[in-house]
Amino acid sequence: MSNIYKEITINGLWKQNTGVVQLLGLCPTLAVTTSAVNGLSLGLATALVMAAANGSVSPVRKLVPNEIRVPVFILVIATLVTVIDLSINAFAHPLHKVLGIFIPLIVVNCIVLARVESFAAKNTTVPSMLDGFMMGSGLMLVLGLLGAIRELVGKGTILSGLDLVFGPVAKQLMWTSTDYHGLLLAVLPPGAFLGLGSLIAIRNWIEIRNTAKTNAATPTLKTSLSH
Amino acid sequence: MSDSIVKHTSKTAITMIAFAFIGTALLAYVFEITRAPIEASEAEARLALFKQILPESAYDNDLLKQVIKIAPSELLGNHLPTEANIATLNHKAAGIILEAVAHDGYSGDIKLLIAIRADGSISGVRVLAHKETPGLGDYIDVARGNWIKLFNNESLAKTPAKLWQVKKDGGKFDYMVGATITPRAVVKAVLKAVQFFELNKDTLFADSRNVATENTGLIHKHKD
Repeated sequence: MSNIYKEITINGLWKQNTGVVQLLGLCPTLAVTTSAVNGLSLGLATALVMAAANGSVSPVRKLVPNEIRVPVFILVIATLVTVIDLSINAFAHPLHKVLGIFIPLIVVNCIVLARVESFAAKNTTVPSMLDGFMMGSGLMLVLGLLGAIRELVGKGTILSGLDLVFGPVAKQLMWTSTDYHGLLLAVLPPGAFLGLGSLIAIRNWIEIRNTAKTNAATPTLKTSLSH
Repeated sequence: MSDSIVKHTSKTAITMIAFAFIGTALLAYVFEITRAPIEASEAEARLALFKQILPESAYDNDLLKQVIKIAPSELLGNHLPTEANIATLNHKAAGIILEAVAHDGYSGDIKLLIAIRADGSISGVRVLAHKETPGLGDYIDVARGNWIKLFNNESLAKTPAKLWQVKKDGGKFDYMVGATITPRAVVKAVLKAVQFFELNKDTLFADSRNVATENTGLIHKHKD
């Protein structure tokens, strides 16, 4: 049983990572990641929407006739996104100002519908929620990492704007370089493409190295046995 | 056969309606419970912005309630009616907070919030929204530099209209090398807003006297 959960987690965070493997939801990935805080916040909102969407579609999946499943799924996702949008606006207003226009766009982010359609519509509630959350978290990691890279290279700061999310206390965690004024390119749209490209390359490199290692390990084992 | 089609179709339709109904009900509920906090935080954010350009000691009324509508004006650069907040001190007009738009920035419109004291001098200017190049033109934003504070205490009485230009064009306002278009647009928009104020101040504040009791007012005045 726990095996399924482990697999879902690994799939979401690494093997099927939405940001760098499936390359779904590129619009927010490229547009929002001008800072680590922006990326992480939108990633978190997406992960919550995905968990909630998967969690609410899965229990009713047998009630929904096949013909109207897509409209119903979209309806559920749109409702949840609006609920989250209103809640962020009410309880984290400064953050809403930063992410404002991107939150409604979660509705059209194809990963949300993709996971509802390919996972929640076929599986039970708890694994579905975990799948949604892990897929979303995988995206959140990519958004956060890409945001951090662009922010550091482009502006010479780390975690700037954290106080928008956690209040003035969080200002202590922010770090600003004193003598580096930033490479403008990284904050502009090309920086998003370059950064994402590098992340994909790094992930592929690690993956290839791991496969090579396991492939190399097996024959060595055989030869050592034959001797 | 046709019976089963009808049955199937209506079942599908009813399911769709049921989901739409549940969704709508949930949305209505969440909208209702978040409305007050959203309004409160929007008002708070607005007041915090006002505080940056008009010190609290300059007025004693509720800025958010003393609102007048201003018809679109070429001088303010807007195409739709905007709202202006009137500040009063001891029931006398103390100043006004105007919204203005500069259309000739480097990239898209620059929205400005300008506080003008009753004597025609500028109390402060802030950029509400802009799409200028990060790192180049964005020093007009107070988060990126103090340039916008050059307007503090400026007035037409102090600086004649022809000096309301960046230094490169023979005016008195500093700018940063490499990004002249942005400050040029902002200076022009602020000048036009001050001119708008000078032309209309009697109407603006006359209206505010009525507003003080009624809280609403309309100015329909086309300057073109």
